[in-house]
Amino acid sequence: MRYGAEIAWMSLATFLALLGAGFAADAPFRAHMWVLFAVLAIGTIVLLRNVSFEPEQPVDQSAYMDGPIRYGAIATVFWAVVGLLVGVVIALQLAFPDLNLEPWFNFGRMRPLHTSAVIFAFGGNALIATSFYVVQRTCRARLFGGNLAWYVFWGYQLFIVMAATGYLLGITQSREYAEPEWYIDLFLTVVWVAYLTVFLGTILKRKEPHIYVANWFYLSFIVTIAMLHVVNNLAVPASFVGSKSYSLFSGVQDALTQWWYGHNAVGFFLTAGFLGMMYYFIPKQVNRPVYSYRLSIIHFWSLIFMYIWAGPHHLHYTALPDWAQTLGMVFSIMLWMPSWGGMINGLMTLSGAWDKLRTDPIVRMMVTAVAFYGMATFEGPMMSIKAVNSLSHYTDWTIGHVHSGALGWNGLISFGAVYFMVPRLWNRERLYSVRMVNWHFWLATLGIVIYAASMWVSGIMQGLMWREYDEQGFLVYSFAESVAAMHPYYVMRAFGGALYLSGVVIMAWNIFMTIRGHQREEVPTTGTAPALQPAE
Amino acid sequence: MTEKHIDEVSGVSTTGHEWDGIRELDNPMPRWWLWTFYATVIWAIGYTVAYPAWPLLTSATRGVLDYSSRGEVKQELAAASAAQEKYIAAIKAKSVDEIEADGSLRDFATAAGAATFRVNCVQCHGSGAQGSPGFPNLNDDEWLWGGSADQIHKTIVHGIRFVDDPDTRTSEMPAFAEMLNPGQIGDVSAYVASLSGPVSDPAKVEPGAKVFADNCAACHGANAKGNRDLGAPDLTDAIWLYGSGERAIAQQVRAPKNGVMPAWGARLGDVKVKELAVYVHSLGGGE
Repeated sequence: MRYGAEIAWMSLATFLALLGAGFAADAPFRAHMWVLFAVLAIGTIVLLRNVSFEPEQPVDQSAYMDGPIRYGAIATVFWAVVGLLVGVVIALQLAFPDLNLEPWFNFGRMRPLHTSAVIFAFGGNALIATSFYVVQRTCRARLFGGNLAWYVFWGYQLFIVMAATGYLLGITQSREYAEPEWYIDLFLTVVWVAYLTVFLGTILKRKEPHIYVANWFYLSFIVTIAMLHVVNNLAVPASFVGSKSYSLFSGVQDALTQWWYGHNAVGFFLTAGFLGMMYYFIPKQVNRPVYSYRLSIIHFWSLIFMYIWAGPHHLHYTALPDWAQTLGMVFSIMLWMPSWGGMINGLMTLSGAWDKLRTDPIVRMMVTAVAFYGMATFEGPMMSIKAVNSLSHYTDWTIGHVHSGALGWNGLISFGAVYFMVPRLWNRERLYSVRMVNWHFWLATLGIVIYAASMWVSGIMQGLMWREYDEQGFLVYSFAESVAAMHPYYVMRAFGGALYLSGVVIMAWNIFMTIRGHQREEVPTTGTAPALQPAE
Repeated sequence: MTEKHIDEVSGVSTTGHEWDGIRELDNPMPRWWLWTFYATVIWAIGYTVAYPAWPLLTSATRGVLDYSSRGEVKQELAAASAAQEKYIAAIKAKSVDEIEADGSLRDFATAAGAATFRVNCVQCHGSGAQGSPGFPNLNDDEWLWGGSADQIHKTIVHGIRFVDDPDTRTSEMPAFAEMLNPGQIGDVSAYVASLSGPVSDPAKVEPGAKVFADNCAACHGANAKGNRDLGAPDLTDAIWLYGSGERAIAQQVRAPKNGVMPAWGARLGDVKVKELAVYVHSLGGGE
């Protein structure tokens, strides 16, 4: 019988959601449980309509399990559109405060929706889908755990939906990048352990003698995120049917815990995980060997050892003791070369195939991603220097920095991976349109440049205005004056973000048509070099 | 495990591993990369010797430079207040008028007052002191409670209609909705509007003038020029605190708003309010 056990579990969970709504201790929790009830009830109905009493066909254990990866690729594109759209909206809210729609769509609730949607929904789905894709192919083994991979996919989507609806309802524990409350955190922990089980199990049953470097990075990402998530979210719920909890930490210890988590979410989610992606998809797309095995070993171990110490640089010149600030800063500086090791290995893998930059927009996208990775991982250590940080901290410079990393590195490398995977996952000869990839590339690149440049200018201006003293020793500007001065840059930033979003919309159409099996009639991008003219 | 082989393009040997068609070259780490990495490590060790860095059981190493960020702030603040010391002492000793008479002291007090204004006053009066509906513009020539340095100082120290200060400036325009009928209110609003501009129905002006003389002249004066002892505004200029036009005037006659400003004397201290008074007096319409 197909879906028998699943329906039983889903029904039980739906009933529990109903109980949660009935016995809720506060109104937001009640609303949130109704959302959960609706989602689970719809899921149960869908399963009921697809139930089958035929004896199940035996699964071909030699074939790769690509179902959850196909869904993951679609989810990646979907959440990219959603997350970036919310990003453009909040950028406009900052430029035009009248766009704050109370209470659900004000900036305070929309901003975590944006960060979570792009980091965890878009980035997380990209990581889960590509890691399942890569681990099977580089281990020559089917995913471990049978349908557990499906549980990981659907469980993760439920986590996203619950986190997002919670933010809009005003449910938050106010921890940067970890806003969901205790009950969603517990659920994510279960999903994440299932993810680790699938991934590690697949590595353990591999048919290759060695573990490929991409899998080291993916595994370090999964294990470390589990640790970070559990420790940062240690909290005592005020009620088991309520949406409020109290953190185990307080004061500066709490701040340090949050930035230990926050910085390593960047380090292990957005850096290590995506380096795993890079280590598979760049050599595959350019069809060249990885540049240096030795470099990959050294930069992997140095990166994961150093990164975990760098968090205190988010708390320079605060109540955090000086010794912790110093360590945060020097480990960030030492992190520069370990980070660049990945950039070198990515870029140098193209040696012997540089011509593909001209002919293959997917390669161009991946290489630009690595270039942005290099820029962001230089800028990061630089901003961690206390003297620089005293200017850059709390300003838009930080926003520009994270977006050159997130849009440039994480975004472009994920898009490259999606463009690589989708024709192969659906057995299509090629993408619907390679020219549209080219359009996507230029819109995205232009968008990032406008975004980052306007935020650099605005951030440095902001920092300089805040610290400007007159000759008598008094501050020259009020805070509101620095806000007013930022308006034109906020408008430009929203425009850059809109360009980036429009590129992703083109991608969504391209991927949709590819999955549908269409091929756009177009001149191939692989133009020939102009014939040499004899000198006159 | 596949055999090691020489990559045709680069001439470098592979490691002999292969995954899904991906091989790895056995290139050494780039020297510049390795040496830069070593350099950052050595710099980091040096920095941790110089500055507080390594946690011990109950404390941490202090570093040979004996630096602390709190110490640094303390020093900077001490240097800043030492530079301002003589001015502060003089401001403490002198009255607002005396401060204004002394050129360098006036410059200092103006800069200081501007800084204090940006933190405490711009929320209502605007960053250019231009005001906003309900909060007076401080650049023009109209002063509700007087525009001399001394009067401004008193207003800042004790506030306006601020119940916690017994010396606060106080007055209250009554709600005329209970005393006048709607027709009279319409007339008197037309009259008041006519003093500074055209009105919708000139026929209302004359009866309005009579209503004004009976009800309003006691505070605003027979010529409607206002009375600063009562904070009653001059109604003959085109400067309006709660909106211009007959409708806004009628609204203010029916159910007046009586704005409140907190007393700043106790909050900011003697020196800062004197500086503020000098700064505000230096704006457009000081008297």
